[in-house]
Amino acid sequence: MAAPLTPAETRRRVDASLRRRYRTERLFRLYGLISVLLGVGFLVILFTTIIGNGYGAFRQSFVRLEIQFDPAVIDPDGTRTPDVLASADYSQLIKSSLRQLFPAAEDRASRRELNALVSSGGAYLLQKMVLADPGLLGQSRDLWLPADDEVDLFVKGSVPTGAAGSEQERLSAQQIGWISQLKAAGRLELRFNTTFFTAGDSREPELAGIWGATKGSFLMMLVTLFLAFPLGVAAAIYLEEFAPRSWLVDVIEVNINNLAAVPSIVFGLLGLAVFINFFGLPRSAPLVGGLVLTLMTLPVVIIASRAAIKSVPPSVREAALGVGASKMQMVFHHVLPLALPGMLTGAIIGMARALGESAPLLMIGMVAFIVEVPSGAMSPATALPVQIYLWADSPERAFVERTSAAIMVLLAFLLVMNAAAVWLRNRFEQRW
Amino acid sequence: MKHISPLTGLLAVAVLAGVTAGPASAQAARDYISIVGSSTVYPFSTVVAEQFGKTSRFKTPKVESTGSGGGIKLFCGGVGVQHPDIANSSRAIKATELAMCAANGVKEVVEVKIGYDGIVLAESKAAAGLPLTLRDVYLALAKQVPNPNGTETLVPNPYKTWKDVNPKLAAQSIEVLGPPPTSGTRDAFVELAMEGGCKTFSWIKAIKDTDENRFKQVCHTIREDGRFVEAGENDNLIVQKLKANKNAVGIFGFSFLEQNMDSVKGSVVDGVVPTFENIASGKYPVSRPLYFYVKKAHIGAIPGIKEFVAEFTSQKAMGEEGYLADRGLVPLPPAEYQATVKRVANLESMPPVK
Repeated sequence: MAAPLTPAETRRRVDASLRRRYRTERLFRLYGLISVLLGVGFLVILFTTIIGNGYGAFRQSFVRLEIQFDPAVIDPDGTRTPDVLASADYSQLIKSSLRQLFPAAEDRASRRELNALVSSGGAYLLQKMVLADPGLLGQSRDLWLPADDEVDLFVKGSVPTGAAGSEQERLSAQQIGWISQLKAAGRLELRFNTTFFTAGDSREPELAGIWGATKGSFLMMLVTLFLAFPLGVAAAIYLEEFAPRSWLVDVIEVNINNLAAVPSIVFGLLGLAVFINFFGLPRSAPLVGGLVLTLMTLPVVIIASRAAIKSVPPSVREAALGVGASKMQMVFHHVLPLALPGMLTGAIIGMARALGESAPLLMIGMVAFIVEVPSGAMSPATALPVQIYLWADSPERAFVERTSAAIMVLLAFLLVMNAAAVWLRNRFEQRW
Repeated sequence: MKHISPLTGLLAVAVLAGVTAGPASAQAARDYISIVGSSTVYPFSTVVAEQFGKTSRFKTPKVESTGSGGGIKLFCGGVGVQHPDIANSSRAIKATELAMCAANGVKEVVEVKIGYDGIVLAESKAAAGLPLTLRDVYLALAKQVPNPNGTETLVPNPYKTWKDVNPKLAAQSIEVLGPPPTSGTRDAFVELAMEGGCKTFSWIKAIKDTDENRFKQVCHTIREDGRFVEAGENDNLIVQKLKANKNAVGIFGFSFLEQNMDSVKGSVVDGVVPTFENIASGKYPVSRPLYFYVKKAHIGAIPGIKEFVAEFTSQKAMGEEGYLADRGLVPLPPAEYQATVKRVANLESMPPVK
């Protein structure tokens, strides 16, 4: 046995150990803080690049032109039939209006350059106006028409001006001169880009919009919600409350947990084989997309629902059975209402994951150029993440900012869904 | 039973949805054209589709980007509304694929050549520029190269800088960003540039006649020691990386070069600058034809196919000053263009495979 310690020695040892313990705690806290800051830092970098790249897409350059709806150009024979009105060359109206503004552009090359200032979408806009109201013929209107994407990028300053007139320049010196004249005359300005929120896809960046993809995503989510939620909840209730304990149930359980971790592309292949090749459903339809995403979301919903059911204390069940409720009544009157918030949270988080998914949609033909906004679950559609992928791969420069803007829209949806899940949990969750 | 009513409602809807999803409701008719295929032809096909949808009385065709091989496979799946009408391809259809088509009942296929796509080697604008030859490209990128001591043997690629490859080039480390093997651009690059350079060695060229597989293995295999970086299918990404690294050389389609002339420049290959004119005239060595294939059996069954093909092959689209040229498609020379238009007008199908 060692000699007993003096009180001073004990004191010294305790102090030393205390200092050491405090130091380790401080270090641990520091590590925690550093990792949190690192995470937040990356998030900030991500958001600033996306927002920095994308906010420009919410504004778009427009050119104000006085358009003369000349009957001699649109409908020289005076027939006024929709077919003639639809097939007329409306770009002529824009061209002649531009020529009036800049009569100095005489030769063919400079006229080409002049006409390139206004988007080719302007002609479709005029066509729609005339078809809606043939009375416009012979009148003149002051209209804001979308500018070409090159002009737009120039106005926003995203393209370095460099040595004007050099071969690599996207706009010629002459065009830049016209742009500043238009600006000075108040005929060129940045306005809110409503097209981005109301149009389908387009190969002209200034005419491309996110609405077609958003609606496609929405239709798919609807299918997924109506299939995955009831099926998932029913499966969870059966497995938790009714299924007999046997090796078969164990196997099913392991498989469900396994399915939740299967790469999503596999579900796409499955969807292609079953829904398209076997059932003969059309490619690119939101219905098929929704079915595939249901397969993907189902395991997540089942796992979350089972956890929610498990968290309901056995005393609730015993009390219900004790006062004479049948097992079915016990489940549906007592357990389910108490577990529902947890189930909903699980479902929403599963759906949020499905919303951001693009790999399974690749296989079922949703990576496609679709201009028309889908009208129903059977019409061809694309989805938000796919739209982002397609734009990111487009050669036109102006799609860069639209890609980021579409990411912002997708992030906003995900944020809303995840916030709803948190809110539901806090609002309805019971603590035992 | 108050608590279950919403749930039963949901279940009922689910069952209903399940029923409507059954085989009974398989699509009856399709009133839009369905196009699948190459991601290289996609930017051109979509422009025509959009133009067609806006100016004609037909719906806008649906264009899927599946890759050439995948697209042709879908296209050759059979005749009927569930199969696509048109397949885009960045290479000519293979005899085996035509045979597969025929086996599935797709007997008459019209081939339409739409133009050329140049594959460029590009560098940051800040770089000095490398005047390359196809031989340099092959020597710099192949996995195995002829022994530098002049004997007719192959050694693992020893070259580290461009100067090692060719003393006339700068002592710049070899760092090339290119597409992965799944990409059509990669296939074309390997076939045109690598094989082109490989063939300049007469003894390797001689292998082709005796052992085709061996020849392909020698000429088509790209080095895997990190000097060639597979940068993904996204050409924009390669452009971004070139901007950041002025020592790197990127491989991508001409249309991306055209859109990014302010930050990157195309390398000279065999003394020819990759410009629109040089690719169109065939002077630039690394260019490939682009095609689409039309299923003749669908003409008349699906509305608008004939009109769509007419729009695609019209002077204002495919012509020398057409809107596709504005998007970076290199148009066909006039004689070839005339031949294409004629073939399309008569809907001449390809000769059946023997």
